[in-house]
Amino acid sequence: MKRLIILGAGTAGTMMANHLQHELDLNEWEIQIIDERVEHHYQPGYLFLPFDIYQPEDIIKSIAEFIPKGVSLLIAKINKIDAPNNQVVLENGEQLHYDLLIIATGAKIAPEEVEGMKGSEWHKSVFDFYTFEGSLALRNKLREWQGGKLLVHITEMPIKCPVAPLEFSFLADSYFKHKKMRDKVEITYVTPLSGAFTKPKATEALEHLLHEKDIHIESDFAIAEVDNENKKIIDYGGRAISFDLLVTIPTNKGDELMARSGLGDDLNYVPTNKATLQSQQYPNIFVLGDASNIPASKAGSVAHFEAEILTENILRFMNGEPLKEEFDGHANCFIETGNGKALLIDFNYTHEPVEGAFPFPGIGPLRLLKESRINHMGKLAFRWIYWNMLLKGTHIPFVSATMQESGKKFD
Amino acid sequence: MEKMIAGKTITVNEEGYLTNFAQWDKEVGEALATEANIALSPRHWEVITYLQNEHKNDVALSIRRIGKSGLVDIKEFYVLFPNAPLKTATKIAGIPKPASCI
Repeated sequence: MKRLIILGAGTAGTMMANHLQHELDLNEWEIQIIDERVEHHYQPGYLFLPFDIYQPEDIIKSIAEFIPKGVSLLIAKINKIDAPNNQVVLENGEQLHYDLLIIATGAKIAPEEVEGMKGSEWHKSVFDFYTFEGSLALRNKLREWQGGKLLVHITEMPIKCPVAPLEFSFLADSYFKHKKMRDKVEITYVTPLSGAFTKPKATEALEHLLHEKDIHIESDFAIAEVDNENKKIIDYGGRAISFDLLVTIPTNKGDELMARSGLGDDLNYVPTNKATLQSQQYPNIFVLGDASNIPASKAGSVAHFEAEILTENILRFMNGEPLKEEFDGHANCFIETGNGKALLIDFNYTHEPVEGAFPFPGIGPLRLLKESRINHMGKLAFRWIYWNMLLKGTHIPFVSATMQESGKKFD
Repeated sequence: MEKMIAGKTITVNEEGYLTNFAQWDKEVGEALATEANIALSPRHWEVITYLQNEHKNDVALSIRRIGKSGLVDIKEFYVLFPNAPLKTATKIAGIPKPASCI
């Protein structure tokens, strides 16, 4: 009996467990999935929690509920991956041999990377919304906040869901309008990039929206420290921006386990072949989702598209066949723009987000890079799709793993 | 597009970055620095050479990585190339603007 181990039972790991349970001969392969937590969080929900759009119970379920029969779930902390010996070593010293390993340990925030960020104002006037605790603390703060200068800030790239801070800014505009206090709040979007997004066409559309909603933008800001006493953020060039409420996206890093195991880069991401998803160091290790260093978005949709291709490559690897270099960096993201509307973007390694119709060329019904109510309905429906289809590895109808070029307005 | 600089013709993209490193030499670097209002000191040249080598080795450049390079800390990098140091320094070095992952 051979053993396949999946590390991490989040979005990526759970999808993989479901795919492989269908595809592998379970008389020949034993599948085990390991995680240290017992709860599965719908992470896109962290964006809605601060604005009282979702409640905690909407976004938390148990991990076990989504692990299929035939896959054994182990709740345990991992000490290290001993890759030269094909072993996972648990915190209690137990050694688990694997024939094939899938790393899906994700990415998390590391506020300690910036001086003063996790200082005396942390979760008082300095918040993150990339953790459940941060998002909930921010909800409680916003419920009673009387207004002032709100900064929505990105520390450095790459981050999980690179559009989330923009969505947060748009939703904040909407939220304060609804509370009839928009005139008491000054919103500024602070980014280390030169504009609202990394790609020109989407940047243009998104900056237009920021302008329309009276959200200021401060670009090229590389933060050096948070000054808790004077409530300012200061960049390496000496530029200072004061705040009453700072909502920051701290540096994102892969799991510490990669550093302990000698498998990560300087941000603990695992060097991975961007087309095959195989580790660059060890052929029997594959990496899925946010844990890898591939230059794609760190987002659930990317993990979903990767999982379809990785399943095929794992079967090929087991049969001794060459891997398919098929993953194209496909990402598909709804961007909430407030007031019950949303944008949709669809892109990959080489094609930036542009206007068009999705998923049916020329028809839609969703419009790319244009605000609409139906896109917003799509975003809300996505939570149902996530729990009921995505995690179970069900193919989303009409949406292919690689990006479609037809129906899009490229230059 | 083509651009005349330091008595040579170079090809640059819409943001002014060289598209062919073979067209770069020290005079071109000096002239690009002058356009960015920077007078290059030996210290600047050390950083520029470091960036060119990293690029040659396919290392993805980031401010964090440069801060950890042991060559220059982030504060000094900002003193040498004010405002947006990585963008300015790569332009002078004749290598592509670092693509921040999305």
